[in-house]
Amino acid sequence: MSNTMEAVASAARADAPPAIMLDKVNKWYGAMHVLRDVSLNVALGERLVVCGPSGSGKSTLIRCINRLETHQEGSIKVDGIELSDDLRALDAIRREVGMVFQSFNLFPHLTILENCTLAPIWVRHMPKAEAEALAMQYLERVKIPEQAKKYPGQLSGGQQQRVAIARALCMKPKIMLFDEPTSALDPEMIKEVLEVMVSLAETGMTMVCVTHEMGFARQVADRVVFMDRGEIVEQGPPGEIFENPRTDRLKLFLSQILRGH
Amino acid sequence: MSQTSIDPRSLRAPPKRPIKLSWSDERVRGIFWQVVVVGIVVSMVWWLWSNTVHNLEVRRIATGFGFLGREAGLPIAESLIDYNPTNSYLRALMVGLLNTLKVAVVGIILATVFGTLIGIARLSKNWVLRTLSATYVEVIRDLPLLLQLLFWYAILQGLPGPRQALHPAEGVFLSNRGLKLPWIQWEGAHSLALVAFLLGLVATIMYRRQALAKQIADGVPRAVWPVALVCLVALPLAAWAALGAPFTPDIPALRGFNFQGGLTLSPEYFALLAGLVMYTAGFIAEIVRAGIQAVPNGQREAAQALGLRPGAVLRLVVLPQALRVIVPPMTSQYLNITKNSSLAVAIGYQDIVSIANTTLNQTGQAIEGIAIIMLVYLTISLSISGFMNWYNARIALVER
Ligand SMILES: Nc1ncnc2c1ncn2[C@@H]1O[C@H](COP(=O)(O)OP(=O)(O)O)[C@@H](O)[C@H]1O
Ligand SMILES: [Mg+2]
Repeated sequence: MSNTMEAVASAARADAPPAIMLDKVNKWYGAMHVLRDVSLNVALGERLVVCGPSGSGKSTLIRCINRLETHQEGSIKVDGIELSDDLRALDAIRREVGMVFQSFNLFPHLTILENCTLAPIWVRHMPKAEAEALAMQYLERVKIPEQAKKYPGQLSGGQQQRVAIARALCMKPKIMLFDEPTSALDPEMIKEVLEVMVSLAETGMTMVCVTHEMGFARQVADRVVFMDRGEIVEQGPPGEIFENPRTDRLKLFLSQILRGH
Repeated sequence: MSQTSIDPRSLRAPPKRPIKLSWSDERVRGIFWQVVVVGIVVSMVWWLWSNTVHNLEVRRIATGFGFLGREAGLPIAESLIDYNPTNSYLRALMVGLLNTLKVAVVGIILATVFGTLIGIARLSKNWVLRTLSATYVEVIRDLPLLLQLLFWYAILQGLPGPRQALHPAEGVFLSNRGLKLPWIQWEGAHSLALVAFLLGLVATIMYRRQALAKQIADGVPRAVWPVALVCLVALPLAAWAALGAPFTPDIPALRGFNFQGGLTLSPEYFALLAGLVMYTAGFIAEIVRAGIQAVPNGQREAAQALGLRPGAVLRLVVLPQALRVIVPPMTSQYLNITKNSSLAVAIGYQDIVSIANTTLNQTGQAIEGIAIIMLVYLTISLSISGFMNWYNARIALVER
C-alpha cells in the first residue's frame, strides 16, 4: 500500500470527532495503581491494537471503556457521552460498544441463534423474526450459519469465538472491543478468528483490540499502543513500533513475544 | 465442512448382541442376581405379614379401619378446624394432618426466603455480613435438630406468665402461653377476598408470561403492573366490599389467668417452626451459594456488555443457570422439613405423628396407625417431588 494513500486515509479519519476519548484516566484496585494517567483518543473508524506484558492493565483499560470497570480519576467519553454513574448514559454506551472476551462467555443454556438474538430482542425491542434474520446474516458473515440450532458446548473454541463476535455485531455497535480474542485458542483456530476480525476491519468498524498477534496488527492496525505497568509507554504505526522500538521496555517485550512464537 | 450431507456410516443399524446362556456372560449374571434379590424381598414380606396376622389373631385385635369412626376422646390443644374430644378419630387425624401441613408449608416458605438471604450474604463484599453468615451456617449445621428444637422450646418456656407478659405494642403479648397478635373476626367476605387474591395471582403470572411471549414476537414491551394492581388489589377489595366490607378487629386481652381473642402462635408451634426454619436455612444457604457461584462472572459481564439491564441479566442469564444447580438439592431440603416436622412429638406439638401415635395407643391398631402415618408422609413427599421434578424439567439444560 502506498504511503500517500495511507496519509489521505488517516487525515480523513482525523477530521471526524474521536469515537473514544480518555483523559488522564487513573484506576486502583485497592492500593494497587493499575492505570496511571492514561490519555488516548481513538478516531472514528480507527483500528487500534493494544499490546504489553501480562498484568500491564490492557484488560482493565478496555473494560473501563464500556464500564465493566469504573475509573476513579480522569474522564472517558465514548461516542461523545461521558462515562459516569448516570444509568442512562451507561445504557446508551453499552448499546454502542460491543465486546469480545478471551473466554468467549457464550450463554451455555441458549442455542447459538438465541445467544445472538437475546440482546436485539430484550435491549433493542426487535421482533423475534427480524432478530433471527439479522442473527443469521451475521452468522453467515462469521461462516457458521449451519450451527445456529446447536448449543455453545457442542462447538469448537474457534467456532465459539466467531459466534461471540456475531453476537456482539447483532447489536450493530459503532465500536468493537476485543480482549485477547485468540489467546485461549489452538493455533489452527486462531486463523479462522483472525480472518473474521480482518474482514470486520475492512468494513470500517472502529476497533480496539488487545492482542499479541503481530501479523494481525501489521495487516489491519492504524496504530499500536504499548502499555507497561499501567502506562502507555509508546505508540505509533505498527511498522514503527515493531521495527524501531525506542524504549528498552518495548524492546524487551518484543524480544520476549518473538521468542515465544 | 458441510453439515447437511448424510454421513454414510449412519445408514447402518448397530448389530444385535445375541444373549448366550453362560455364567461368563455379564448379562446372564445380572439377571440372576436380580431374581435372587426379588426372591429374598418377597419372602421377607410374606413372613412379616403372616407373623403379624397370627399375632393379631392371638390377641383378638380386629384389623381394618373401622375404628376411625369411633369417638376419639382425645384432647388437642391447637387446631385449624373445629374440633372437640367427642369427635371421631378420623377428624382428630385430620387435625393432625393440617397441623403437619401448617408447619411444613410455612416452614418451606420461610426457610427458602431466609436461606436464600443468608446464601447471598455469604458472598457479600461486606466482611461482617460474610463472616456472620458463614458462622451461622457452620454452627447450625453442626448441632442436631432435636437439640435445637428443645433449645427453642426451653427459651419460650422461660418467658414470663400471662400476667407479666411482654407487651411491646397494643394487642401484642409474648408470654409462656405463646405469641398473641391482633386479628380480625374472619367472615365469608374475607375468604372470598383471599380466593380472589389467589386467582388474581395466577392471572397475573399468566398475563406476565403472555406479555413476555408477545414482546419476543413483536418487540413491543408491555407493562405488567396495571394488570397486577387490578388482579392483586382491586379484585380482592371488590370481593370484600361486595359482601358488605365486614371489619371487626379481634384484639387479645388478659382475662383472669389467660388471654382471650386474637391470633395465637403456641410456644410448641413457634419452637418447632423456628427450629426447622433456622436449621434448614443453613443447608439452603449453602445450596444457594453454590448455585450462584456456579455461574461464572464472565456470564454476567457478557450480558452487561450486550446492554442488558441488571434485572434482565438476572432473569435471562444468571437465574436459568443457577436454578439448574439449586433446584434438585432444594427438593431434598423441602422433603427434610416435612419429615423432620415429626420431631414435633419431642416438644408436644400435636402433628399427625403425635395424634396417630396416641390413636394407636388407645385402640391398639398399630398396623393401621403406622400405615396412616406412612401414607400421609408418602403423599406429601411425592407431591413435593412431583412438583419439583416438573419445575426442574422445565428449566433443564440441554447437555453439552
Ligand atoms: N478484579 C481485580 N481485583 C484486583 N486486582 C485486579 C483485578 N483485575 C486485575 N487486577 C490486577 O490489575 C493489574 C492489571 O490487570 P489486567 O488489566 O488484567 O492486565 P492485562 O490484561 O494487561 O494482563 C494486574 O496486576 C492484575 O493482577
Ligand atoms: Mg488481560
